[in-house]
Amino acid sequence: MSAASATAAPAPPKVLRVPEHTVEIVSDSGEGAQKCGQIFGAVSAKMGNGVWTVELIPAEIQPPPRVPEGASGNRIRLGEHAVTNWGDRTNLVIAFNEQVLLARHRVDSLADDAVILIEDKWARSEDADIVAQWDAAMKELSGKHYRIIPVAMEDQCLTIVDNPKKGKNMFALGLLARVYGRDMERIKEQIAHAFRKKSEEVYNSNVALLELGYHWAEDNIDFRVEIPTHAADKPLVVMNGNEAIGMGAIASGMELCAMYPITPATSVSHYLSEVFEKFGGIVHQAEDEIAACGVAIGASYAGKVAFTITSGPGMALKTEFLGLAVMTETPLVLVNVQRGGPSTGLPTKVEQSDMLAALYGQTGDSPHIVMAPATIEECFHIMITARRLAETFRTLVMVLTDANLATGVSPYPKPTLDEAWQAAPLDLAPVKEGQKAYAWNKDTGLSDRIIPGRPGGMFTLTGLSHDEGSKVAYSSGIHQHSSAMRSRKIAVLQSLLVPPTVYGEESGDLLVVGWGSTKGAIEEAVDRARKEGLKVSSLHLRFLSPLEPGLKDIFKKFKKVMTVEINYSDEIGDPYINEENRRRGQLSILLRNATLVDVDCWGRVPGEPLRPMSIVDAIRGRVPRGGAK
Amino acid sequence: MSYTCGLLPVLDQHEDHHYEMSEYEGAKARWCPGCGDHSILTAVQRLLAAEQLVPEQTMMVSGIGCSSRLPHYMKTYGFHGLHGRALPVATGIKLHRPELTVFVTMGDGDCTSIGAGHWVHAMRYNVDMVAMMLDNGIYGLTKNQTSPTTPQGFKSNTQPYGSILPPLNPLEVALGITNASFVAQTAEWAPSHLYATLRAAYKHKGFSFVRILQRCPVYTPAIYQKAVQDPARIQLLVHDDGVVTPDLDKIYQSQLHHDPRDLAAARALAEQTETIKLGVFYRDPSKPRYEETRRVAPRTPAERVALLEKEFARYAV
Repeated sequence: MSAASATAAPAPPKVLRVPEHTVEIVSDSGEGAQKCGQIFGAVSAKMGNGVWTVELIPAEIQPPPRVPEGASGNRIRLGEHAVTNWGDRTNLVIAFNEQVLLARHRVDSLADDAVILIEDKWARSEDADIVAQWDAAMKELSGKHYRIIPVAMEDQCLTIVDNPKKGKNMFALGLLARVYGRDMERIKEQIAHAFRKKSEEVYNSNVALLELGYHWAEDNIDFRVEIPTHAADKPLVVMNGNEAIGMGAIASGMELCAMYPITPATSVSHYLSEVFEKFGGIVHQAEDEIAACGVAIGASYAGKVAFTITSGPGMALKTEFLGLAVMTETPLVLVNVQRGGPSTGLPTKVEQSDMLAALYGQTGDSPHIVMAPATIEECFHIMITARRLAETFRTLVMVLTDANLATGVSPYPKPTLDEAWQAAPLDLAPVKEGQKAYAWNKDTGLSDRIIPGRPGGMFTLTGLSHDEGSKVAYSSGIHQHSSAMRSRKIAVLQSLLVPPTVYGEESGDLLVVGWGSTKGAIEEAVDRARKEGLKVSSLHLRFLSPLEPGLKDIFKKFKKVMTVEINYSDEIGDPYINEENRRRGQLSILLRNATLVDVDCWGRVPGEPLRPMSIVDAIRGRVPRGGAK
Repeated sequence: MSYTCGLLPVLDQHEDHHYEMSEYEGAKARWCPGCGDHSILTAVQRLLAAEQLVPEQTMMVSGIGCSSRLPHYMKTYGFHGLHGRALPVATGIKLHRPELTVFVTMGDGDCTSIGAGHWVHAMRYNVDMVAMMLDNGIYGLTKNQTSPTTPQGFKSNTQPYGSILPPLNPLEVALGITNASFVAQTAEWAPSHLYATLRAAYKHKGFSFVRILQRCPVYTPAIYQKAVQDPARIQLLVHDDGVVTPDLDKIYQSQLHHDPRDLAAARALAEQTETIKLGVFYRDPSKPRYEETRRVAPRTPAERVALLEKEFARYAV
C-alpha cells in the first residue's frame, strides 16, 4: 500500500467548477488506456456533457514498453456545452509510466498547471536503470508547474487481482469516475458492453477494480472537477467517424463494401464486418487495394452502387480503376480516411493532404465529385448523399475524411431514418427500343444507366473512348463530345448547390476558409479572435468538386481570405520562399484557381488535429489589431 | 442483396425463344486474319447457342489486350475494363448478381503478369465463372513484347536477344493454388476440343480456369507450329468426367486416361511439357464457392430501417 492510501479521514475535496476540462489517459500499447478513455467519454456524453475524444495511437502494435514513441491512449475533452474539437491542452493526465507521460509533455500537450496521476512503481523499481529514467523524467517535467500525484496503481490492483497488468485501466477509470463525479451504474453498463464477448468473471473483476480506483480516489485525491451537465433536448448517439461512415453506408442501402486493410480506414470495415450481413450487405476483403476497387466497380456496374474504403496510399493504387469508373460512368463511392503522407507517411495520424490527389490524381481528364464531411454527424449523412449522387450523376464520388474524424468520438443527434435514402430495387425491365448505353442529354451530360439483365440493352462497357452507344471511338470529335458530357455533369451538380453560410459576420478583415475535420477548431478559434476584437469570420466547405457556388461574392466582402488546413505550405519569410515559388495549401490552390482571389493559407502538419489556440495565433498574425491592410 | 427481383418473369419470357448462333454475334471481329482468337470467339458463340444462354443474362468480362476485345464481338453484356483487372470486376459482378453467367477473357500478359495476383486469388475465391486465358506467348496489341509465357530465347522488341527467363507454366501455378476447382488446357487449332473444354468449364460450378493455346499470326505464328503440324506432339487427357472428343481420336492418337479428381497426377502432368497436354487436368465440384459462402439474406428498406434503429440504440447517449 502506498503511503497516501494509508492516510485516515481525508479532508473533503476541493471542488473545481469549470465549463470544460481535458483529460488524457496514456499507457504503453496494450495496457488498455484506450478502453478506459472510450468508456469515460461515452459515460460523460450520456450524463449530458459535450465530449470530444481522440485516440492517441502509436504506429506499432506492440512497441517496446516504457518508450515515449509507444504512448497510447485517449484524450477526452469535456464541456458544459457541445465540444467540436480536441481543444488546446490537457488539464489532467493519468499515465501508466513516466516515459509515455514524457511523450505528451514533449509535444506540448499538457497545460502548465496540469494535474498528473502517475503510476509510481517505477520510482521504487529494483532495476536501477528504470529508477534513473524515472528521476530524469521527473527532472525534465519539473520545468513546468505540473502537480504530480503518485499513485501505486499496480500495488492497489494486487490487493484484489493476481495480474495487475490486466485491469489497471479499470482502476484508472475508477479514479476518473470519482474525480469527475461520473455515474458508476452507467460505467458498469459500458463495461458490460465493452466486454460482452468475454466471461462474467472478466466483467466482475473489471468492476471490482473500477470500484477500487473509485474508493482510492475518494480517500486520497483532494479535489474534484465539476462540469455542469445538460440533458440533451433530443436523443443523441455517440460514436466515432468511421462507425458513422459505416452506419451511413447501411442507411444509404449500399450492400457491398470492398476493401483492403489500411490504417486509419480499416475500422469502418471492422464495424461493418460485424453487422453488415444482418443488413443484407457484405464486406469483401480483397487481395489488394486495386482489386477492392475493381470488385466495387463490378458490383456497382451490375446493380446497386457499391463502395470502397481506403486511405492515401490505397487511393493511389486504385487510381486507374477510378479513371475507369469516370470514363464508363459507373457509379462508385470511395471513402479516403486521410492520414499523413506522402508515401507511408504517418499511418495513424491526421492530415488533409490528399485533396489535390483526390481531385486531380487520375490520368486524363477525369471529372468527378469530391466531398468532405466536417463532423462525425456529417460522416453519417454524407454516405447517403454520396450514394445518391453517384447513382444520379453516374460517376465516382469521393468522400474525404481523416484520422481526426475516424478516431474522434462525439455525440450527435440521432438521425431520423428514412427509407427513401436507400437505393431503389434493381430495374430489370426491358430497355426501350433504341436506347443507348450513354444517351447523354446534350445540355446536362446526364444519361440513364443500363444494367445487365435488362433485355434489349446489351452493350459492351469500355474504358476506351466511346460514343453514345458505347462503341469504341475512332474519330476525334467523339472524344471532345464525350469529355464535355462527363465534365458537364459536375457543373450541373454545382447549379443545384446553395452558397455556403459564413460563420460570424458576412464581412470583415479576414475570412478563414476550411474543409473537413477542422471545422470545430476553426470556429472555436474565430470565436476567441472575435472576443479579442478581431473582425474575423469563417467558411467551411463540404464540396470540393464541384465547389459550392457564390465563393467569389463571399470573399469580396473580406479584406483578406486565408485557408486553414492540415497540409503543408511554405511560409513567406522562409529561406528561398517568395510569392511566386511558394507552395500553398491545397484548398487555397483550388480557391485561387476558381475565384482569382489572392487567397492566403496557413497549414501545419503536426500529426495531430489543429489546436484552436494555434489557429488564433495564425489569425492574429494575419490580422493585426486595427484591421487588415 | 437483391439478387432476383423481377428476374423470374423476364426469364419466363424467354422460354419459347430459340437463340440462333447469329443472335450472339456483336460487332465484326477486328482481329488480324489468321488470329486464333476468331476460332475462340466462334467456340464461345457456339457454346452459348448450344446452352441457349439468355444474352442479357450473360456477361463477357475482359481486361486489355487483343483477346480482351472479345466482348465487343458478342451480343451479350460486356465489360472491357483494365489491363490485368478483369477478374476483380467479374468477382464484383457475381457478388452482386450471382444469377448472371460470367465468362472472362484474358491474355497471357493480362492474367499471368500484371493481373497475376488477381488470378491467384480468383482461383482461391472459386467464384462460379469461366476464365479463359488466351495464351499466345506474347504481348500483341502493344506490338511484340515478351510475356511471362514467351518461350525462352524467343526474340521480341523488349528482349531482342531472346527471352531471358524460362517461361511460366500457368498450369503448374493454377494447380498449386488452394481451393482451385477446375484447370484445363485446350488449343484454338483443335476446335472440337476447344468447344468441349469450354463446355465442361461452363458446366463446372466454380472458377473454371482454361488456358487456351493460341497462335498470333503476326508475332508468334511458329511457337505452337510443331504441335499443329505433328499431332504426336499432343497428348489428349481423356475421361468421362473431363473432355471426350471421339472425332479427334484419329488425329490425336496419344491419349491418356486421367481422372480429373486426382490432383497429384494433375500436377505431375502439368510439369511434363515435352508434349502438349490438352484436356481437363483437375476438377473438384465440391470446393466452396465464395459467392455462395458470402450469400446473405436480402433486406427490404423497411427491414433495414428497423434494424438500423436497433443499431442506433446501441450507441444511444
